[in-house]
Amino acid sequence: MRYLPLTQDDRRGMLAQIGVGSVDALFEDVPKSARRSGPIEGLPFHEGELGVERQMKALAGKNLPAGSVPFFCGAGAYRHHVPAAVDHLIQRGEFLTSYTPYQPEVSQGTLQYLFEFQTQVALLTGMEVANASMYDGSTGCGEAVMMANRVTRRSRAVLSGGLHPHYAEVTRTQARWTNFTAVDAPADVEGSEDLAALIDDQTSCVVVQNPSVFGYVKDLSALAEACHAKGALLIVVVTEVVSLGLLTPPGEMGADIVVAEGQSIGNALNFGGPYVGLFATREKYMRQMPGRLCGETLDADGRRGWVLTLSTREQHIRREKATSNICTNSGLCALAFTIHLSLLGETGFTRLAALNHATAVTLADRLAKISGVTVVNDSFFNEITLRLNKDAAQVVEELASRNILGGVPVSRLISGRPELSNLLLVAATETTTPEHIDALAAALEDIL
Amino acid sequence: MAMNSTGRGDTRPHADTAVGQTTTFTGNRGLQIEEALIFEQGQHGRTAVDLPEPPKVKARLGKVKPRGEIGLPGLSEPQVIRHYTRLSQKNFAIDAGFYPLGSCTMKHNPRLNEAMARLPGFSDIHPLQPISTVQGALEAIDSLANWLLTLTGMAAVAMSPGAGAHGEQCGMIAIRAALEARGDKRVRVLVPESAHGTNPATAAALGYVVDSIPATADGRVDLDALKAKLGPDVAAIMLTNPNTCGLFERDIVEIARLIHEAGALFYCDGANFNAIVGRVRPADLGIDAMHINLHKTFSTPHGGGGPGAGPVVLSEALAPYAPASAVVRGPNGFALVEHAEGSSFGRMKAFAGQMGMFTRALTYILSHGADGLLQASSDAVLNANYILASLKDVMSPAFDGPCMHEALFDDHFLKDTGVTTLDFAKAMLDEGYHPMTVYFPLVVHGAMLIEPTESEPKESLDQFIATLAYLANRAKAGDAAHFTGAPRLAPRRRLDETSAARKPVLRWRPTEVLDEAAE
Repeated sequence: MRYLPLTQDDRRGMLAQIGVGSVDALFEDVPKSARRSGPIEGLPFHEGELGVERQMKALAGKNLPAGSVPFFCGAGAYRHHVPAAVDHLIQRGEFLTSYTPYQPEVSQGTLQYLFEFQTQVALLTGMEVANASMYDGSTGCGEAVMMANRVTRRSRAVLSGGLHPHYAEVTRTQARWTNFTAVDAPADVEGSEDLAALIDDQTSCVVVQNPSVFGYVKDLSALAEACHAKGALLIVVVTEVVSLGLLTPPGEMGADIVVAEGQSIGNALNFGGPYVGLFATREKYMRQMPGRLCGETLDADGRRGWVLTLSTREQHIRREKATSNICTNSGLCALAFTIHLSLLGETGFTRLAALNHATAVTLADRLAKISGVTVVNDSFFNEITLRLNKDAAQVVEELASRNILGGVPVSRLISGRPELSNLLLVAATETTTPEHIDALAAALEDIL
Repeated sequence: MAMNSTGRGDTRPHADTAVGQTTTFTGNRGLQIEEALIFEQGQHGRTAVDLPEPPKVKARLGKVKPRGEIGLPGLSEPQVIRHYTRLSQKNFAIDAGFYPLGSCTMKHNPRLNEAMARLPGFSDIHPLQPISTVQGALEAIDSLANWLLTLTGMAAVAMSPGAGAHGEQCGMIAIRAALEARGDKRVRVLVPESAHGTNPATAAALGYVVDSIPATADGRVDLDALKAKLGPDVAAIMLTNPNTCGLFERDIVEIARLIHEAGALFYCDGANFNAIVGRVRPADLGIDAMHINLHKTFSTPHGGGGPGAGPVVLSEALAPYAPASAVVRGPNGFALVEHAEGSSFGRMKAFAGQMGMFTRALTYILSHGADGLLQASSDAVLNANYILASLKDVMSPAFDGPCMHEALFDDHFLKDTGVTTLDFAKAMLDEGYHPMTVYFPLVVHGAMLIEPTESEPKESLDQFIATLAYLANRAKAGDAAHFTGAPRLAPRRRLDETSAARKPVLRWRPTEVLDEAAE
């Protein structure tokens, strides 16, 4: 077995040193009723690299990769071009095969990039401080609400109807089982919801997504004021982080906590995971944050260095009094994010955002001309909602049979709402070509 | 035998020959290069990504204004490559050396796993593209699920949790949901003192009162104390097995019986499943739910601290409460249940789970097979016992008898030497080792938890054993200064964690901003 270095001679010698006759003797504490002889039945035995590769490639071959066809899916996961340098660097063994920097003297590489990552996230969101990442945007959203509950000592969260339905479900699940209230606004297809009206003096926070899941971009300053007037926090969720290269950041609109899905920068679609959650807040709430934090300090020789800090918030110190049960962050995905953003820099990131928006404008204008298609949202970043004259899920299946991945039907995200069944979410990025747009438009003209 | 000394005389550094005393103009020390923050290196207008000029369009940003300058630094590709290459060289890693971090399972990460996860058929598919176009992905998830079910003997598995602690929460919610479904409001969760911190944190987050169970002198759950604490208000026990002392809970079947007799459920923290995988099926021990850290047992890379994946296996009784999303076999191939229906407790995470971790774990499992997994866990336990047996006279084992996959020592052997567990660990850095886990589990004084994993050859173990014996003898010989001043040869010496926490600096700021703040 190629991964196991011990030889039979090694094993014999080691057993002699230990003073037992067999490895089985080391398992004498296993209750007799649970002991077995030999490998567990019904499973294949070991396989060489070539054989495993064949099996995995056969599985991969049954999927339709986004890059092989015209592709317009978004709704919280976006296909962007990731420079080759990113994957090369994150596969360096010193990054890939290290762990949580428990020994900072030999983990300065990880710690320094986390410090840089935290700075980048704070800058993008317009906030003062950020943590070293969360599992993803959706779990970050749930954690943000729990943090707002701690800060305000209240337990009623208002969720916008423009919040990604999976994020809302994750937060509702947290609410139900960790004992707080989540109030859902109805699906905000028209972009006209009045969240301020739902805030009362028990409200800990309002959670609003910008751009919304239906694509609207909004100035949230008035909502922030309405929250603060009633002692509630404003949590802004961003599922397309590239939008922060073009739009006024949530921090400037008055957000108290910003949660974002960072997948768009540096990370592939990966069928939904692993992704990387960005989490930023105001300095005054720093000690209520969940997750890991990296901070600057000096070593014994007076040289600058970094350590994990404020760990008295965390489960390994505080146990049942911790701010969160979180143990890991999303280290390698955060590394991919920070490398890609470093490659882009100010010039590249803002241009990437402008390019995404311009491509989406081109797409929207082209699709609006099709009979049977209405573009629902008048404002957007790189994703629009279409109202079709047919069931959107069926149209998407029809498009797939023509080798076009034509977007995400809203019914895939929100079940049991027939009035939403004709809505289709369509996204464009810098990877979308004029030919892709023509192919989608022609197919829709044919189908509708 | 000191490391690197074979045939070249004694190359050991003397206690206070801090190599840093040789000053250099740059502050660099040979290949150890000081690296500025990326923000201190940027220039306006530089970029490492060439993008076309966006076409001129009328913006559709509603009432939102375009933002002003963000403040990101601009660099070219060679600068970025050099920056992260230099940073990487300041990290200890499995690829570079022995990393016996107990409770973390730093085993070899096969590169085939990386290659397979990057096949476009897995990495370049969208979580919401039509189900008909992702049949291979769903089959891969189903295949991994089947391996996990067969290896554990359990009835069902929830694949979506994003990490071990997330899986714990998933399993404990399923338990609470099942209890509430039968109208049973229970308020206490029993957690052994030796548990991972995530266990009490998880139980407390769900509103349970955490009730601690003491350990016996031989490092196991105190059965009498457990019996005394059991009652109609106990919802569950959260027990790690093998436990965090590296020991198999030999009364586990009896514990399960007692728990169930009291109407409670048995959550097993499966972090240490790597010790018994392929040999013992947790279902045969009487558990109701257990998470599996794919990055430990099935070697998805630790990545500097994530991403992980924490599928949770469930008993028949808990299966109906599993969260969305779930892969099911249907008449037209595989399907994905994406909405929490019926008794499902909800959703843990967006989309269907950590697919990139699933493909790596499945590749690892297919490579090993049932026989290879059994050999891997056997070798992991053999390696740990070899270290335990070889160091038992020079260091102080915390408990008698054989261990599982990790060997636990206390600091008794350092008594009156002036050397603490932390000092001992820092001296290991200078010897080129990542230290073991220290000060955990909490039930042992000055704990040192050594987990060699199955990946280490015997030669590597022998050198490690010789190094620890050398250090232990040196401490006993009264050379405390060697330890209290360590490390001297790592990229940094000891860092001031106290001032980092007292006045946290969590981000870089431009010098002018810092100057203003100082005024």
